[in-house]
Amino acid sequence: MTSEAIRNEWYPVALASQLGPEGRDTRLLGEPIRVDWAAQGRPRVRAADGREMATRLRYGHIWACPGTPSRELFDIPEADQPGRRLVDVGVVRVKCSPLRAVENFLDIAHFPFVHTDILGAEPHTEVGKYDVAIREEVDEVWATKVHFYQPQAAKSAAGGITTEYMYRVPAPTVSILYKTCPPRPGEWDVITLFVQPLEENLCEVWPWMALFDDETPMTDLIHFQQTIFLQDRSILENQLPRLLPLDPGMEIPTRADLTSVAYRRWLKRRGYTYGAQLVAA
Amino acid sequence: MILYDYVLSPDCYKVRLLAALTGAKITLRAVDFHPGAEHRKPEFLKINPAGTIPVMEEDGLVLTDSSAILTYVAAKAGPEWLGDDDARMRARVAQWLAFAQRLSASIGKARTHDMLQKPADIDACRAGGIQCLREIEAALVEQDILGARFLAGDRPTLADIACFPHSMLAPDGGISVDAYPAIRLWTRRIRALPGFVEMPGIHRLHDLKPEPAKA
Repeated sequence: MTSEAIRNEWYPVALASQLGPEGRDTRLLGEPIRVDWAAQGRPRVRAADGREMATRLRYGHIWACPGTPSRELFDIPEADQPGRRLVDVGVVRVKCSPLRAVENFLDIAHFPFVHTDILGAEPHTEVGKYDVAIREEVDEVWATKVHFYQPQAAKSAAGGITTEYMYRVPAPTVSILYKTCPPRPGEWDVITLFVQPLEENLCEVWPWMALFDDETPMTDLIHFQQTIFLQDRSILENQLPRLLPLDPGMEIPTRADLTSVAYRRWLKRRGYTYGAQLVAA
Repeated sequence: MILYDYVLSPDCYKVRLLAALTGAKITLRAVDFHPGAEHRKPEFLKINPAGTIPVMEEDGLVLTDSSAILTYVAAKAGPEWLGDDDARMRARVAQWLAFAQRLSASIGKARTHDMLQKPADIDACRAGGIQCLREIEAALVEQDILGARFLAGDRPTLADIACFPHSMLAPDGGISVDAYPAIRLWTRRIRALPGFVEMPGIHRLHDLKPEPAKA
């Protein structure tokens, strides 16, 4: 049995638009669960013993809390903003720790090497100084003022531009990226990574987006994001150690890894150890 | 030439790769294979009743088999890729194009199973995939003894394009490629070809780029 700190979080367990009447048998935190529709289009998530979990239908996905929710599902106000296109990217299974998947999403330094000519390009490899904070009032990790040179930041971008980012971790297996929106200066495109932990070293990842883009066909938006994430997948499956180390010593961070350092600290202090490893001091 | 395309499909990638290597002009039409399953919908089934991708369309010609599409693109834009130097080379190319079906049915299925949860007998797919990789490895070693660096001869042909993607993407389906040094060298040769393009899981050779300090 996993600890309360782990069981009381919200987890994505299905994509609403893809959940048919047959339901979905899947796993959460190492235990089998069943996701289906109850009466009146209400999502239902049950454990193996038939016990129903708290559920939410939000951001295109069905969310479940296997324990007692310690707080309401996090808010993404932009999701309700008129004019945004909501993109269900679909699930991808990855043989890695769910925390590794989130941490990789927070990293900028790998862009030129893994997402070459899309999100980054050599020799523009430097990650400039940015701000990181654990915002105590909301208990979230935030990285702001992140700037990076990108050859093709968006479909509409002609030539390279410097893109500004903000990163947010509102729950241990969720990361939200806010990114300069070329067609709407002043607004942010929202790109998320919702991670369902199946096991400590196996997860299903549901990218989802809320964008201002009236031009690009939906399938192209899906394929753009799938391309990016599948470039990451082969890297994630080869990362060692498999479980994310929450104590220093196993890996040496650099200044570019400040977000990752804050994320690991935040996980440790809330006792979130599913998919993590602690090194004896 | 319109290619009904999915970015993560190795069989679609073969066509994009050959087009890039030969300079063929193709128009991509993205198919929402995952999560939308557009290839199973009535509108797509009218184009290809088998419900598979890739599909190529040009002036009333509809091709639904990736080997046929590769043959068509090569015949139009790069006939040397057909491997017609002599009877033996031509036959070898035909044989590897057929062999590529076995790769799709083993490694390809293991990959969509592991990545996108498509149904498959995963143990059988992995065993079949390992058998295929062993055969490619053996063939490449024999070719090397004969002084040839590619599958059908001493220059790249459709045989290489057809077998290269799945050979590199095998780890996506839980099949290690660590045991095959000849495959590793061969895939590096293909990735070094002028005009090479990548797909997720198949990276370009960063070491061929100029060193940053000299760029």
